[in-house]
Amino acid sequence: MKLEIRNGRLIDPARALDRVASLFIDDNAIAGSGEAPRGWRTERVLDASGCVVCPGFVDLSARLREPGLEHKATLDSELAAAAAGGVTSLACPPDTDPPLDEPGLVQMLKHRARLIGLAHVYPVGALTVGLKGTTLTEMGQLAEAGCVAFSQADVPFHDTLMLLRALQYAGTFGHRVWLRPQDHYLAHGGVAHDGEVATRLGLPAIPVAAETIALSRIFGLVRATGVGVHLSRLSSAEGVAMVRAAKAEGLPITCDVDAHHLHLCDVDIGWFDPQAHLVPPLRSTRDRDALQRGVADGTIDAICSDHAPVDDDGKQMPFGEAEPGASALELLLPLTLKWAAAAGVALGDALACITTRPAAILGLAAPSLADGMAADLCVFDPVSHWTVQRDALRSQGKNTPFLGLEVVGRVRATLLGGRVVHEA
Amino acid sequence: MTRNPQLNRNGELTHLLTLEGLPAAVITHILDTAEPFVSIAEREVKKVPLLRGKAMFNLFFENSTRTRTTFEIAAKRLSADVINLNIGVSSTAKGETLLDTVDNLCAMNADLFVVRHAQSGAPHLIASHLTATGRAHVHVVNAGDGRHAHPTQGLLDLYTIRHYKKDFRELSVAIVGDVLHSRVARSLIHGLTTMQVPRVRVIAPRTLLPTAVEALGVEVMNDMREGLRGCDVIVMLRLQNERMKGALLPSAGEYFKHYGLTAEKLALAKPDAIVMHPGPMNRGVEIDSPVADGSRSVILPQVTFGIAVRMAVLSIVASS
Repeated sequence: MKLEIRNGRLIDPARALDRVASLFIDDNAIAGSGEAPRGWRTERVLDASGCVVCPGFVDLSARLREPGLEHKATLDSELAAAAAGGVTSLACPPDTDPPLDEPGLVQMLKHRARLIGLAHVYPVGALTVGLKGTTLTEMGQLAEAGCVAFSQADVPFHDTLMLLRALQYAGTFGHRVWLRPQDHYLAHGGVAHDGEVATRLGLPAIPVAAETIALSRIFGLVRATGVGVHLSRLSSAEGVAMVRAAKAEGLPITCDVDAHHLHLCDVDIGWFDPQAHLVPPLRSTRDRDALQRGVADGTIDAICSDHAPVDDDGKQMPFGEAEPGASALELLLPLTLKWAAAAGVALGDALACITTRPAAILGLAAPSLADGMAADLCVFDPVSHWTVQRDALRSQGKNTPFLGLEVVGRVRATLLGGRVVHEA
Repeated sequence: MTRNPQLNRNGELTHLLTLEGLPAAVITHILDTAEPFVSIAEREVKKVPLLRGKAMFNLFFENSTRTRTTFEIAAKRLSADVINLNIGVSSTAKGETLLDTVDNLCAMNADLFVVRHAQSGAPHLIASHLTATGRAHVHVVNAGDGRHAHPTQGLLDLYTIRHYKKDFRELSVAIVGDVLHSRVARSLIHGLTTMQVPRVRVIAPRTLLPTAVEALGVEVMNDMREGLRGCDVIVMLRLQNERMKGALLPSAGEYFKHYGLTAEKLALAKPDAIVMHPGPMNRGVEIDSPVADGSRSVILPQVTFGIAVRMAVLSIVASS
């Protein structure tokens, strides 16, 4: 199939390219832009006038809930949500049931995702068996099965020696390690940021020190071993400052923030709104502002959705008992655009935070609109408004703190390997 | 943030979930309404027909004898039908969710829920569920949720203070003890600041104080002797047994030495200062027996006033 995406604004962060032109797709790859390639005969036209055409988005944290948690979501529902959100590649954390600690589970996941064919799925394997923090997984076999990195998901290490061993072992074979910085003891039992709001509402709290102490521990071990670490979902101003200093020191560190934390803070809990129960907890406005600045100045490398579909039974509970998480794959673009508009960040730079930069963290080739590249693309209308409503979400989880919010940025089409997997 | 969920469109109290954000006029109205109910208890026939034909469910997901009993007495004196559910040992133990329990009781035509729950915010969840499902005529009264609020306790404390001290705007009030885990303290602080009490102090070791508690409008003191100086009202908080020994405090004995109310420490407050306690008391831990039983103690009148205040709250929300 010879597809022409006509007259879109091509934005290619990898090449700092931003111009209005047509893009030509031959079968699964980009065949040219601007002028049609020699002998080209368009078989299908996708009119992209007024729209942005860019590489498909790369999400560093999207829970698909398979295997084991299909009552919350399935690969079918969540990969459809990814396609609707313009996300063509996503990493899924290992906290499924059972966790992704066996090659067979990873193979099955990859196989099912390939059959569904709506997005590339990159599993993050469990760093320790059962995420229990006591026994290393067979990382070599897991990597062969398709794991691109290893993490403990949201389960922190108690034992610092075990964390050191995990880094040493993973580093031996060049496996990537992703860690969410949170001290187990300081965070234990907490459900909200330790500040005025938690004090007022009487919610058990998680102090900022839970993040900063975990970061110091990780940096100490990175310094000792030289093994690089990707930090998942920073939440605090102090955390951003520590990462900035660690990068300045030359430590091999990357990090991301999730889209919720760029926009919300603990005040949004209101009168115990379970939608605002997230992990890590929403922190103060000061923290949120520092996270926004951290992405703008490059301290934070990428924005992820931290998509975590939760069913209504899980949410309709008192705040502390309600299951944390929110559906966000379909909001990654609008929330990134909202941040960019507020922070005065150029569109191309903003899109880099959800395309080239996360791709580098995953170890993927830089997504680009250059000739010969795989046609994993997103076509979106950058000025179209829509309201986040339950019915508007493809994700099986209909819960998000942004319900009712009017956002800007509507995905018109998503292409995966040249196939149109979503059109609206 | 949404509009105060306990007031209806006419600004009337339809649920009582917290004292935070409640206008002073509403609090005063509740206290004024409670006044005549105190004397009802002294009559031969201790009943008025204000809630006749109404069904009130005591929905206690956490053990309580005192609060549940006082709500039961209050409702019975208002001629309501009272049904006590000890959920801790019934439906949730079988896996029923909180809102399923509420829906089932609504199907039995409940008019009022009095809710106690270990989770902060549980009564808010019930109230918003009732609104969302078109049952705004069913009322919720919070009888204590997690560490968050115990608004009827806060109100009965305010009633007691007003009874003995008349003008809120000239008082110094000291709240002593485990503020961190205390819903009683939070509700009382909101009540006192709303009623424009100029000086509210919390006195506790730092392990028992929540972060940024000053933001609630209180002064923080760690030294009890210094904190009690010149106070008109001393409110002692209960220290749970499981918190007396361990990471928060080394021992009950050391706690008593620093934060127990003795006659000697009481002498630092104003000569006419009153001593309050939400009960049940730990004698010899947070309060010395001679003080608890002494002439300045108003701990038992608090209990009596508590019934009148709960009658006032129930009758006001039911008539909204």
